[in-house]
Amino acid sequence: MLTLYGKSFNSRLLLGTAQYPSPSSLKQAVEAAGAEIVTVALRRESSRARTGQGFWTLIEELGCKVLPNTAGCRTAKEAIATAKMARELFGTDWVKLEVIANDDTLQPDLFGLVEAAAALAGEGFEVLPYTTEDLSAAERLVAAGCTVLMPWAAPIGSARGLINKDALKTLRAYFPDIPLIIDAGIGAPSHAAEVMEMGYDGVLLNTAVAKATDPVKMAAAFAKAIAAGRLAFEAGLIEPRDMASPSTPVAGTPFFKIDQAS
Amino acid sequence: MKILLNGEAFATDAETLDELCARLGFAQAKIATAVNGSFVAAAQRLATPLADADEIEIVAPRQGG
Repeated sequence: MLTLYGKSFNSRLLLGTAQYPSPSSLKQAVEAAGAEIVTVALRRESSRARTGQGFWTLIEELGCKVLPNTAGCRTAKEAIATAKMARELFGTDWVKLEVIANDDTLQPDLFGLVEAAAALAGEGFEVLPYTTEDLSAAERLVAAGCTVLMPWAAPIGSARGLINKDALKTLRAYFPDIPLIIDAGIGAPSHAAEVMEMGYDGVLLNTAVAKATDPVKMAAAFAKAIAAGRLAFEAGLIEPRDMASPSTPVAGTPFFKIDQAS
Repeated sequence: MKILLNGEAFATDAETLDELCARLGFAQAKIATAVNGSFVAAAQRLATPLADADEIEIVAPRQGG
């Protein structure tokens, strides 16, 4: 079970709702993924198009726990105001907190992130911060009141997988009791399996599923990879070694003579 | 008066944020609001007067990652 802010989930795959070819493919992908948590956003509403009203109906039909983001916010102030609008709109204290520093990398502004996380936690929000693999930022986010951390694997939408695996291992080792969810940069189910094998608690995906040739099939593939990675972590992986080690018993090998051994 | 509504110039004589939302057809809609960068709760819209050059944000649910 994945437990985040006191709520437990069977699925360790959190799915974004953007960029799908159609509303029905989004719905089918959520079902194929077995996702119980979906991310959503807020955007300016036109009085003519009223786009958000139809989307909200679709989200309600999914029946998932909704995790609103503050995507696109550049300052702590913007993120705080957006989080408050999201809380009222979606009726949840959960927020996927993003404070973006740079257009090309979409990397988090860690200073603004910590500032916003502390302010929001102080107002009763349950903050899931989109952060980097940086250990000191993670420590400050935990001190600010975050009981979940969401480090990136690679820049959003880049599909590059785990570009700093050593630092992600360090983060896991330093925070054995904090749920760690990889958010951003995953491209293939093998990336997701790898991070789950490392003991991460979950994976948040969007582009890798939504932009696949067949998003529904890819959602199913990720679900299997994440479940397999988790099972492998629980089973306990063997350590890699430099030299070969025979798996078939040596004792009783036919034609074996002691003076051939080297 | 002239305000900035969702980043665009907009002329209105609505006296409150609540009245502005109603005139835009959002009375029953799933929206949230901010004035000059700060969140304004639905229950506070009636008590939020509008002034010239106010920057108003009206947002709704949307796809997100």
